[in-house]
Amino acid sequence: MADLPSWRTIDHACIVSQPGNASEYLTGDWRSRRPVLDREKCVRCGRCWMFCPEPAIIVDEGGEYSFDYRYCKGCGICARECPYDAIDLVEECEDGQE
Amino acid sequence: MGRNRVSLEICEACAEAVKLADVDVIAAYPITPQTHIVETLSAMVADGILDAEYINVESEHSAMSCCIGSSAAGARSFTATAAQGLALMSEMLFIASGLRLPIVMALVTRTLSAPLSIWGDHSDVMSVRDCGWITVFAENGQEVFDFTLQGFRIAEDERVLFPFMVCLDGFHLSHVIEPVELISEEEARDFLPIYRPRYRLHPNEPISMGCFAMPEYFMEIKKRQDEELKASYDVIIEVWEEWEKRFGRSYAPLVTYQTEDAEAIILIAGSYAGTARLAVDDMRKKGLKVGLASLKLWRPFPLRDIREILGRTEVVVVVDRALSVGGAGGPMACEVRSAFHGESPSPKVVSFVAGLSGRDILRSDFEEMVQRALSHAEKGELPYYEMFGVRE
Repeated sequence: MADLPSWRTIDHACIVSQPGNASEYLTGDWRSRRPVLDREKCVRCGRCWMFCPEPAIIVDEGGEYSFDYRYCKGCGICARECPYDAIDLVEECEDGQE
Repeated sequence: MGRNRVSLEICEACAEAVKLADVDVIAAYPITPQTHIVETLSAMVADGILDAEYINVESEHSAMSCCIGSSAAGARSFTATAAQGLALMSEMLFIASGLRLPIVMALVTRTLSAPLSIWGDHSDVMSVRDCGWITVFAENGQEVFDFTLQGFRIAEDERVLFPFMVCLDGFHLSHVIEPVELISEEEARDFLPIYRPRYRLHPNEPISMGCFAMPEYFMEIKKRQDEELKASYDVIIEVWEEWEKRFGRSYAPLVTYQTEDAEAIILIAGSYAGTARLAVDDMRKKGLKVGLASLKLWRPFPLRDIREILGRTEVVVVVDRALSVGGAGGPMACEVRSAFHGESPSPKVVSFVAGLSGRDILRSDFEEMVQRALSHAEKGELPYYEMFGVRE
């Protein structure tokens, strides 16, 4: 927290004067479980993209799906909603490895 | 002085000050004993004497919510309430302060139910002690008028930006007719410039107010709020000094009477300071060295003044018109004790809870409280507090 503003410099009344700055807040470190996609099972239906409450599902130009782990909170909605069971949730380890 | 001295009901004097402040928005819900303030303002708006938006709301929660919205948009905003109304808007009081909105509110102090009562005491204001508003207690009609106008100036100062609450005792002040010296519109305009908000909600320059704060930000934001509310003390004093130069009436966080050589000082807030002053005269005639400190500024808490003025005496007799049920003493008494904790020398602080729900406190009652306090102090037996005048 040392790089966060002190009470002397923090915004007056918590007013946010710069629109759209929520994207600066990376919520990925909230995650305790990480979604992993099985590309064999994925039919690219886009259901995970529709249900993800964060902009954490990425679709590339070729229509392939992946996760943006900077924002993914590991809520597991994508895994629950996937009609082909193509998404698994695996425990995050302390060193960030699966 | 040739000033415009008129007889006014004190609620009307408050409304006159609001009119002179040329407010933009009044959002109000009627409740006894505050109703005459907003009723008078409503008539002023309807008659075209005051050019303001008058918003009739469905509750006090909405009244304060409205003021928060209008103040956030940069409009000078006013409301008034009492007792249950204050309790209902209490959620929004904390938000008004946290958002640093310079709303001014008249609180006509009245007891909180139950039992249901419309009479006056300070249980309502003390219930929102920690809401982060600048809070002053008026002793008479002139002070209500002066504090209300000063309130806008202090609240809107760039160095302050806090909401401001003027407490006036229900019925003992609100419904009493007193002579009040008014000031002219020109004098008011001169004293109170147009409000130029540091931030405001405007479609051309969008900002967000009332944002969510994560734990790693929250404490810094509250620390800043706390430090800046304390720092508003200097601006309050500065405005009071300017008021004295302009209009000849002086104010202080604690207004004292006969305290210089006093062996005991009564501390009280609000209208009963008048009765206590007469009681001091009675006791002085009998040779008792008693003085009075009338507390005007409650938030920010005037710690230095409390130590300087009350620290010179042996016994402080704190008369609270609020009961902290199951607590350690009257709300003022507890804070005065805190102010002297670890200080040496330190006066003995005796806490009385009196005058709840409009119960009279007579001159002779003050004398009895002082005698009891002196006796407690002499014996070295200091009860946490005593409810005074309760039938056994």
